[in-house]
Amino acid sequence: MKDSMAKADSGSASGEVGPAGAAGGGEAVAAAAPGDLAKAAELGARVKLPVAARGKIFEWAVYGATGACIAIIAGLFIELLANSWLSISTFGLSFLWTSEWNPVTNQFGALPFIYGTIVSSAIAILLASITGVMAGAFLAEFSPPRLAEPLSFVIELLAAVPSVVYGLWGLFVLGPVMRDYIEPFLQRYFGFLPIFAGTIYGVGMLTAGVILAIMIVPTVTAISRDVMRAVPNSQREAIWALGANRWQGFRMVVLPIARPGIFAACILALGRALGETIATTMVIGNRPAIAASLFAPGYTISSVIANEFTEATSQVYLSALLELGLLLFIISVIVNGLARLLLWTIFRPMES
Amino acid sequence: MTEQEERGRRASGMSDKLAARHFSAYFGQLRAIHDVNLTFPANVVTAIIGPSGCGKSTLVRCLNRMHEVVPGARTEGEVLLDGEDIYAPEIDPVQVRRRIGMVFQKPTPFPTMSIEDNVSAGLRLNGAALKRPERDRIVERSLRQAALWEEVKDRLRRPGASLSGGQQQRLCVARALAVEPEVLLMDEPCSALDPISTARIEELLFELKARYTIVLVTHNMQQAARTADLTAFLYGGDLIEFGNTRQIFTTPARRETEDYITGRFG
Ligand SMILES: Nc1ncnc2c1ncn2[C@@H]1O[C@H](COP(=O)(O)OP(=O)(O)O)[C@@H](O)[C@H]1O
Ligand SMILES: [Mg+2]
Repeated sequence: MKDSMAKADSGSASGEVGPAGAAGGGEAVAAAAPGDLAKAAELGARVKLPVAARGKIFEWAVYGATGACIAIIAGLFIELLANSWLSISTFGLSFLWTSEWNPVTNQFGALPFIYGTIVSSAIAILLASITGVMAGAFLAEFSPPRLAEPLSFVIELLAAVPSVVYGLWGLFVLGPVMRDYIEPFLQRYFGFLPIFAGTIYGVGMLTAGVILAIMIVPTVTAISRDVMRAVPNSQREAIWALGANRWQGFRMVVLPIARPGIFAACILALGRALGETIATTMVIGNRPAIAASLFAPGYTISSVIANEFTEATSQVYLSALLELGLLLFIISVIVNGLARLLLWTIFRPMES
Repeated sequence: MTEQEERGRRASGMSDKLAARHFSAYFGQLRAIHDVNLTFPANVVTAIIGPSGCGKSTLVRCLNRMHEVVPGARTEGEVLLDGEDIYAPEIDPVQVRRRIGMVFQKPTPFPTMSIEDNVSAGLRLNGAALKRPERDRIVERSLRQAALWEEVKDRLRRPGASLSGGQQQRLCVARALAVEPEVLLMDEPCSALDPISTARIEELLFELKARYTIVLVTHNMQQAARTADLTAFLYGGDLIEFGNTRQIFTTPARRETEDYITGRFG
């Protein structure tokens, strides 16, 4: 059992770290390297190494930090693959598209969890990208600096609130508000759409999507604001000098230049949404079923891992949960890979 | 009207297009332009010369109300465009900038736009969408005016940033001309360019002044002597001397002007 607990840790950690690690992998390298470099430089300076030797230490530090990151990711993948092998060999590919999740009969299919993870994250990124980019644009381009500074501070604070606090708030505040006001409203005016039909519970896919959106909106806002601010002022002045008002200048010049950065911000945020566990678990309803309605309860990969790992009694059950972790890892890698591909193909051509 | 201005006016024999009247400009507490009176006649190249930091950029930026986009910046006095004060409260600065175009010191092509989109950027600001053939016509005309057409006509869809520095600056001239301004302000347009590109821009000035009123800021006195009909010497935010370019360079009336053009300071 001790052993399985340790695995539980690594399993749920993969859910949390996987996406962020994949999304922020480059940054982790960048963040790790300067520290090492600074240390190496300090060391080099103190013992008065010849310049060439200091250069070598720099180089090793950079390779070392990069190599360590790659090794950690590779190790994680191999460990997950090895531990989920039993499940993979038992259920094969049908694991991906069957919906039955039954520990009693040892029958496991991951589809409802894959569906829940993707749909809740999609709702989250849809809501968060729209509001986050608008808020970032307001802070960077339209608000007076005296207002922008405190607002930015508050938004960065929001990013530091622990997920369990968001989860509690979601359960006790957002859930009832969704149940009593927002979901009835949506059903009344858009009920003809299957996604807004059916019974209203308060907890469910939509509530989970909204709480995730609230959690990731600070990331989108802060990064979009920063990339918009990084657009050189000479570009704004150039379009204003042609007779553009502020809004036109923003739309024609600032936004297109900032677009790849905004896109990257959304992907980073999406990574967090995909792996977010505790807040989602508290508001999604935790029912492994696929429903057309967003009001219906659902379940996500990370939630089921967190909920059931300690109860996994059979080997194949444990292995199925680990395979879910592997799937989450792969989903994050695919999302990030697609994002990279998009960045290269869509945004590149007009740059330099 | 000051005696200096009178002299400039007579020299040109032209009507006044643009004029600064008792004009001062501030950055917070710092007064960068000090009670300047200056007249820019139509179809004339007027050069503004002076040492670095004397307020040349600030002055031209005041002429199309670009000064006020700097936080804490403000102005006093009037700038008359065809006799009408562009600083009057009912005037929209955005409209002023459509009539008074500007080329900056550093080329600023829009990096996400193609060459043709760069040129037509200003055309899209008026609301009314232009038909494709009409737009193409304006793009070609502007690029020809900026002496860039022959070099780029086969790659109009390529990014503007793919051009060389000199070409980028001419692209910026074309972009400014596309909206058919009445006045063209150029703030050291050649300072980042090689001699060949500089010569091309200078040739351009001769062609453009038939149609436009041109204000050229330069720290290069040869350039002022070569291209400008009138020259204004600015020093420490004051207008020291203004008149016919030849007269300013051969028989300056003021001691400071003489010191500057003979290279004793600046
Ligand atoms: N954005 C700014 N904020 C504060 N002071 C400025 C700013 N831009 C220019 N100045 C000051 O105004 C004066 C004139 O500057 P500028 O017009 O750029 O001179 P020039 O173009 O002749 O070199 C200088 O003293 C400069 O330091
Ligand atoms: Mg200047």
